[in-house]
Amino acid sequence: MAGYQMKRTARIALAPSVLLLIVGMIVPLATTLWLSFRFYNFMNPTLGGFAGLSNYEFFLTDPAFLQAIINTLLLVGGVLAITVIGGILLGLLFDQPMWGRGIARLLMIAPFFVMPTVSALVWKNMLMHPGYGIFAWIAMKLGLPPVEWLSNYPLLSIILIVAWQWLPFATLIFLTALQSLDHEQQEAARMDGAGPFDRFIYIILPHLGRAITVVILIETIFILAIFAEIFVTTSGGPGYASTNLPYLIYVQALMQFDVGAASAGAIIAVVLANIVAIFAIRLAGRNLTA
Amino acid sequence: MRKSIIAFGAALALGGAVSSASAEEIVIATVNNGDMIIMQKLSKEFEDQTGIKLRWVVLEENTLRERLAADIATKAGQYDVISVNSYQTQLWAKMGWLTKLDDFSASYDYDDFIPATRQSLSVDGVMYGAPFYGESLITFYRKDLFEKAGITMPEKPTLDDLAGFAEKITDRENGINGICLRGKPGWGENTPLITTFVSALGGEWFDMEWKPRLTSEPWRQAMDWYLDVMKKAGPVGAATNGYNENRVLFSSGKCGMWIDATVTAGYLLDPKESQVSDTTGFAPFPVTDKNPQAAGWSGAWALAIPASVTDNAAAAKKFIEWATSKEYARLVGEREGWLLAPSGTRKSTYALPEYQNVAEPFADKVLAAISAVNPTKPTVNEVPYTGAGFIDIAEFQALGTTIGQNIAAALSGSKTADEALQESQAYAERTMERAGYYKK
Repeated sequence: MAGYQMKRTARIALAPSVLLLIVGMIVPLATTLWLSFRFYNFMNPTLGGFAGLSNYEFFLTDPAFLQAIINTLLLVGGVLAITVIGGILLGLLFDQPMWGRGIARLLMIAPFFVMPTVSALVWKNMLMHPGYGIFAWIAMKLGLPPVEWLSNYPLLSIILIVAWQWLPFATLIFLTALQSLDHEQQEAARMDGAGPFDRFIYIILPHLGRAITVVILIETIFILAIFAEIFVTTSGGPGYASTNLPYLIYVQALMQFDVGAASAGAIIAVVLANIVAIFAIRLAGRNLTA
Repeated sequence: MRKSIIAFGAALALGGAVSSASAEEIVIATVNNGDMIIMQKLSKEFEDQTGIKLRWVVLEENTLRERLAADIATKAGQYDVISVNSYQTQLWAKMGWLTKLDDFSASYDYDDFIPATRQSLSVDGVMYGAPFYGESLITFYRKDLFEKAGITMPEKPTLDDLAGFAEKITDRENGINGICLRGKPGWGENTPLITTFVSALGGEWFDMEWKPRLTSEPWRQAMDWYLDVMKKAGPVGAATNGYNENRVLFSSGKCGMWIDATVTAGYLLDPKESQVSDTTGFAPFPVTDKNPQAAGWSGAWALAIPASVTDNAAAAKKFIEWATSKEYARLVGEREGWLLAPSGTRKSTYALPEYQNVAEPFADKVLAAISAVNPTKPTVNEVPYTGAGFIDIAEFQALGTTIGQNIAAALSGSKTADEALQESQAYAERTMERAGYYKK
């Protein structure tokens, strides 16, 4: 056990970085909070003064608000479902001894290193474009009309793009978890006559519990804040069909220049993100200490 | 989410602390339209002549407009020279956010500018944006397809004429769409185009009390016409096509007609730029019997200097003077071909024999289109605003963005025309009320 002296030294050594973190978080948050109670519009300097709660009211009564909340949750849920299920399956696949496994793994991880804007553009123009995209070409070859992905299924398209980016991360985590699985245990189960499905349900899945928690936790934090993919592909449209909360705040701030309402939106977003985070951390806490 | 909030907060906090480039190096923010790309290419000349270094920030139109608005409103001064349109010039000059451009050398010749273009960039007779090119709307069409279908383009086509023609020449088997129109949402993309159709049908944005009129009959008719013709004769995925996308479609032979900016005329006749250069024809913006005077929008792309720029103002002015001079027009003509010389700005360009030789098919029509627009009376009824296609109020960017989204949603089929217009009306009422134009 470290002595009292040691602890104090450790605290003093940590202080600067903790202070920096606090300042880096508190200052913008406080600024945003202050702005959320002011009338402040870039394009209309004559407006000003204390707004009370009217910014919050304005943001909450925005016809797009409810849809943005639903879209945000659908985006998180959809991407999590695809990456967790797909990640486990791919993890199992890459765990098999096979020829060229190293190369295959490398290719599998590649999407994770592509910048969000770039991958969104590639999906938009090379895959999903109804005129010259690969999906349209495949559809034509099959004698089907090309699907206008981004116009007709905007949110699904964004979910697919984001899922593609996060699948490698999930796969990687699950793969490392699978590699730490005791092979003798697996062997014993097989000797006792457990089929592959039973082995998956009773041995592999419980073993992956912690990894699944980690994936859900980390992805949730990032996917709540998805922005670039929406900005590049659909601009939140058509209508508000693919507008999530961060995008709505952006629209308020930088397209409508209504800093007051955008700040109110940002505070609402912080509150919602914390609600989600509390749930996620509880879930994780149960699993990680188990 | 947390990250974006922090970034936003930091941007606000640091807004005042961002320094612009060092002396004798100026930063120019511009749009990725062909003419600006040429300007970037030719600016080597300017650098060699003056020793002033230029740094370019080239952005897509919607993005550029957002960035500039945020930059100029927070007085961040990241850019020394900005590319703006008439709407922004009017609005920002009135706010005192732009530098006067009335002290260029005698050889610059202010009186050489086409009056309509110059007026659209001046407040109280003082120029705040130097015209880089002036534009209105014109109808481009394919003479070969018209001939094949046995139809001729009338002197003054109507909206109904165009709809009929579009259906006749559509040949989706061979990838030919009867008509291409902007569908990409944006206050500088689809919204002003629809606004001009509404004007042609005798409609307006606001009545004299500033009450939005987006569910009025002309708006419905304009939406019906637009959605119908796009469904029957438009390209797939039209809701993501803006000016640049449609330009590619038309010049690669995929559109029978296209109503868009006059500035494109030269490109479409240039064999290097367009596969349909030998068969492109030009017709006026379509009218209706409700508003036979209908014309497109009045607009110009111009170069301006934010008022917050002080250190580099002299160098910035030098650059603007160079890029909007008579000599620059000549330079473009000689280096890039006369078809691409800046259109709609200087009378002297139109008087050059070299320009007349190549631009003969469209020069008069472009001039007529630009002169036909009357921003002070954009439609049939009396309105409290000025501006054709763009409205000179601060809220227009926000309105145009959201309403453009709704129109795009109607085009892609995720909303009906009625839903799109009703939601737009509700949004416009909310916005105008919040801005204090009227109380509930």
